[in-house]
Amino acid sequence: MADIGLAHYLTVAAILFATGMFGIFLNRKNVIVILMSIELLLLAVNINMVAFSVELGDLVGQVFSLFILTVAAAEAAIGLAILVVFFRGRGSIAVDDINAMKG
Amino acid sequence: MSSILAIVFLPLLASMFAGALAFVDCGDDKHKKHKIDTYAQWVTAGFMLVTMVLSWLTFQQVGLGGDSYTVTVLHWIQSGDLDLNWALKVDTLTAVMLVVVCTVSAMVHVYSIGYMHHDPDVPRFMSYLSLFTFCMLMLVTADNLVQMFFGWEGVGLASYLLIGFWYNKPTANAAAIKAFVVNRVGDFGFALGIFAVFVMFGTVNLDSIFAQAGGLSDATISIFSGEFHAITVICLLLFVGAMGKSAQLGLHTWLPDAMEGPTPVSALIHAATMVTAGVFMVSRMSPLFEYSDLALQVVTIVGASTAIFAATIGCTQFDIKRVIAYSTCSQLGYMFFAIGVSAYQAAIFHLMTHAFFKALLFLGAGSVIHAMSDEQDMRKMGGTWKLIPVTYALMWIGSLALAGVFPFAGFFSKDMILEAAYGAHSAVGNYAFWLGITAAFLTAFYSWRLIIMTFHGAPRADEKVMAHVHESPKVMILPLLLLAAGACGAGWVGYSWFVGDDAASFWGNSILVLDSHPALENAHHVPAWVKYLPVVVGASGIALAYVMYMFVPGLPAKVVSAIKPVHKFVFNKWYFDELYDAIFVKPAFRLGSSLWKVGDQAIIDGLGPNGVAQATQDTAEKTAVLQSGYLYHYAFAMLIGVVSMVAWYVFIAG
Repeated sequence: MADIGLAHYLTVAAILFATGMFGIFLNRKNVIVILMSIELLLLAVNINMVAFSVELGDLVGQVFSLFILTVAAAEAAIGLAILVVFFRGRGSIAVDDINAMKG
Repeated sequence: MSSILAIVFLPLLASMFAGALAFVDCGDDKHKKHKIDTYAQWVTAGFMLVTMVLSWLTFQQVGLGGDSYTVTVLHWIQSGDLDLNWALKVDTLTAVMLVVVCTVSAMVHVYSIGYMHHDPDVPRFMSYLSLFTFCMLMLVTADNLVQMFFGWEGVGLASYLLIGFWYNKPTANAAAIKAFVVNRVGDFGFALGIFAVFVMFGTVNLDSIFAQAGGLSDATISIFSGEFHAITVICLLLFVGAMGKSAQLGLHTWLPDAMEGPTPVSALIHAATMVTAGVFMVSRMSPLFEYSDLALQVVTIVGASTAIFAATIGCTQFDIKRVIAYSTCSQLGYMFFAIGVSAYQAAIFHLMTHAFFKALLFLGAGSVIHAMSDEQDMRKMGGTWKLIPVTYALMWIGSLALAGVFPFAGFFSKDMILEAAYGAHSAVGNYAFWLGITAAFLTAFYSWRLIIMTFHGAPRADEKVMAHVHESPKVMILPLLLLAAGACGAGWVGYSWFVGDDAASFWGNSILVLDSHPALENAHHVPAWVKYLPVVVGASGIALAYVMYMFVPGLPAKVVSAIKPVHKFVFNKWYFDELYDAIFVKPAFRLGSSLWKVGDQAIIDGLGPNGVAQATQDTAEKTAVLQSGYLYHYAFAMLIGVVSMVAWYVFIAG
């Protein structure tokens, strides 16, 4: 049985990151999915942080990942709150309907 | 001496005053408008009357007293060798022109008070008239060629403004533009002539030029690597300018069209004064023309041809003003061929008498038009002589003078010209003499054709117009009476001064005639038949007109059908307008339109402003597609950016 090394962690993180990315770009239905995808991206970054932290023997990476988790939680809360307000205003959270930035 | 300043600048003041009044907004206030109009009329007319009296005094002092002088007003231009003063040169030639211009102008101003009283733009009209007078006076008092050019262009401007005075009429605007453009051709020649004078003489000051003319009589000037006799070149160029202003054959087409302007304008500008500017200018330059036989021959031929050409057309036209306009053209031709045989004095004499009787004829025609409710077509007149007897009598006087019947003014001056042409004893002189005799016959014919068609026979206007026929008010008749006095008396009063025994002392230094050109002297010793021939042909012309239009009314139609092609050719003014239209106007339009469509719109606009704008717009439209408004598109773009930056960093920069 092979040892689980840094490369494996990084691979998992990359897969997660890519999943998050595709979640953002290919999703046509729901803004909540975008928020979830953003969480995935953050998690992928966290995994990288912790993996490197262990590999390099430096705790700062793990401390940072805790901070990122906190910020991600706050961001999710704020994002969902904005989404609720947005839904009240527009009556829809379908991504295709949200193009107010178009000139 | 200071009276000359008053003569020249009073009309300018009057013009500025009336011009300022033209800006007063009267709204619907009829009373106020009437008051403004009256101020404008009487101030301009009053100033002109003062000017007229001063001009007579100047004539008395300068012309009869032999006291010529120059008044310097200010130092005008100094640039390199070019050094000019703004100066007023008054000698006999100028004094004669002053009398002509100021008298006719004053009469026309007074006449206009009556003629234009119902026009909505009276102050503007009076202002233009005075402006014209100022420019004309500037022209005749010029001390140097540049100053003369200023007056020359000034009268052209005033003429343009006045022909187009009724700017709502498209024909008037077209005529105004035509006059301006055709005159431009002449002015171009005049300007080149001035440049050539400056090149040869190093000065444009008249006195300095004349002083050097004799010494440079054999000089040559090189143009396009050819050597030409300098004075001939200069004179021909100057004569092109004179041809434009004086409507000589080739550049005459604007004059008949200029009749679109109000009738007082036709009388003042297009008959009596401005069109004689060319005659004046060539006479003024006599010390140059005398040294170029070729130029004098050209002047003779052009003048004589114009005289006969315009007279033939005058016989066929039906518009009363156009008949007189062609008559003017023809009489100017007489003046030019007189100049061509070196009888400048006779030319100026005819200029003076012609100014009186032609202004009289025009203003009389205006009076007729006024009486006939603005009808100008002679086919719709007739039978009016009992209704407007004063106008009728005045038209008779004008026509008698024009036809050269003794003792009216035209008799003395026209006969003098014809005798001088005969007295030149040269080929061109004889050419001018015989054409002049023929033209004299035609002149008498069309003058009486005009009188008979206008005043005699059965009325051809409708009853409403005939019921309204009325004699013009006093303010219009009085100026006519003064002009009629001139048309009667100017000939025998002026004869001895202008061309008779006192001529030498009268003219002083203002005109130079070389001893080798004794036409005027010979004119006094011509055979008797030469003296009587003009009178005989004049009388027979009158008789023919009576036969054709009074006694045998069907005859003109028969004659016309007998010589149909000829009549058609003449009636259509020798197809000059059509010819010029085909040679110059249409190609100019085509050139302009292709420059506009291809040069400007396609190339300059297409590649320049519009092309750049279009390219910007196209690019913007293409890039605008990127701005979809969807967040994930932007995020994707960011991702691509980040990936490419990283890739660059890792694979290239790293």
